[in-house]
Amino acid sequence: MIKTLVKTETKLLLREPILLLWTTGLPIVAFTVLALVPGTSRPTDSLGGLSYAQVYLGVIALIALALLTTMSLPAVLGSYRERGILKRLSVTPMRPWRLLATQIGINLAVVLSTVAVMLIVATITFDDGFPGNPLGWLVTYLLAAGSLLGLAALVAALAPSSKIANAITSILFFPLMFFAGLWIPLPTMPGWLRTISEFTPLGAASQALAESIDGHFPAVRPLLVLLAYAVVFIGLAVRTFRWQ
Amino acid sequence: MPAITARGLRKSYAGRTVVDGIDLDINEGEIFAVLGHNGAGKTTTVEMISGVRHRDAGEISVLGFDPDRDAEKLSHLVGVQLQDSQLPDKMRVREAIELYSSFYRDPVSGDDLLERLHLTEHRNRPFAKLSGGQKQRLAIALALVGRPRVAVLDELTTGLDPKARRETWGLIEGLRDDGVTVILVTHFMEEAEFLADRLALFENGKIVTVDTPAGLINQRTDGRQEIKFRLDEDPKSVMDDFRALADVRTVQVQGQNMIITGTGDVILAVTAHIARTGLTARDLRVHQATLDDAVLTAGSQS
Repeated sequence: MIKTLVKTETKLLLREPILLLWTTGLPIVAFTVLALVPGTSRPTDSLGGLSYAQVYLGVIALIALALLTTMSLPAVLGSYRERGILKRLSVTPMRPWRLLATQIGINLAVVLSTVAVMLIVATITFDDGFPGNPLGWLVTYLLAAGSLLGLAALVAALAPSSKIANAITSILFFPLMFFAGLWIPLPTMPGWLRTISEFTPLGAASQALAESIDGHFPAVRPLLVLLAYAVVFIGLAVRTFRWQ
Repeated sequence: MPAITARGLRKSYAGRTVVDGIDLDINEGEIFAVLGHNGAGKTTTVEMISGVRHRDAGEISVLGFDPDRDAEKLSHLVGVQLQDSQLPDKMRVREAIELYSSFYRDPVSGDDLLERLHLTEHRNRPFAKLSGGQKQRLAIALALVGRPRVAVLDELTTGLDPKARRETWGLIEGLRDDGVTVILVTHFMEEAEFLADRLALFENGKIVTVDTPAGLINQRTDGRQEIKFRLDEDPKSVMDDFRALADVRTVQVQGQNMIITGTGDVILAVTAHIARTGLTARDLRVHQATLDDAVLTAGSQS
């Protein structure tokens, strides 16, 4: 049951080239450009001897995650709800959590592949090879993906239509990315703003990724913050998700 | 033994009562048609039986299970075709069948089902590119792929051309042979008359009558029949002879044509009279009241 479901839903996602281009192609291309252009791939004094490519690797990896979760999962489940597909599934032996789990799993696979490609590009182009601590990357990114996909699933569970789901996630995108340091890099934020940021999903992820990129396994606190978000969001999504 | 029983079923939406105290007994293995005008509560009733909607009040038992409390168990036993049910636009026919097959323990062969519903040549076509009739046939296939013991089919042949309709009827008759209990919501009286063992006539959220199609026709139209023929002789000169026959109710003349209505053995009486008197009756046609006439009668009473 779950195997055929995963296969079918994966095929359906792969038939949305524009969505995939935005959520996977765009971050990969953006990072590759940064990594290849001399101006952004060389160490810069104002960044403490790092290059723009090195600094933005973590941010772009999180943008890829935020783009996919805000654009894909709630829209798909919302349209299933609007078009009576969930209503039809409700009278089959399929249970709602299987559909949610499948959607989360597929999106997780897509976003992990995107970041894997970015890391391969980084390993090839950076002078020092792989940027930082591989285990730190993996743990941080998995937890970040879990908490954001959980948030997306929760929105999909609660929103009555795909339009409303899209609106909510598009609005969420900006504070999420703000606290990740897209506009004001984390180190330059005022202390109180940084403290708030450390307790948002992407702020914690950004902090942990920065430490992983520095080469060591991240501190426990941001990882626990991410884990808590992942557990709470996914748990709430599964509990509140209804066929109708 | 009834496969499905319902007692005192009620449902309201925003203060409007849609189903107002429905009692039903549907026998195992019978094809049961649900008839009535739009808004009579047909779809809401069958959706409560199939577990799509929750009832406000009353009791339902489907094969001994309660659709609200034992939804998971019933989902293996009941196949449902909903009105205007959709699929993702880019899902292909074959993929839909494979996906729905995978939900059930002992599915029928998807290929056979597609073949019988004439979808084999469209098996690689995405849902959005299917015609209305093809979508309808795919919905029927998805309702039957799990080898259900109860099939609930809402507007089975809406959107199908006459040929496809006939073929779908054949498929449903096959279900009866397999002992499947079928609930059929339909607008087509011809369909109910052809397929149904019994039917329920819905009106304003209540059941007006439950009967066999023939029983309902008799009950509603008193078994009225109409005989029409053309005479070489002058019809007016023999009108009174026909009027005097047993079971004849009315006699009308239109030019050379004679139209006689009556009940019971009126056909026998009229044809015997024609034979006895040596009249030359040409193009003799008999029109028996259909379910359409019966239901129209029901509508005009309200």
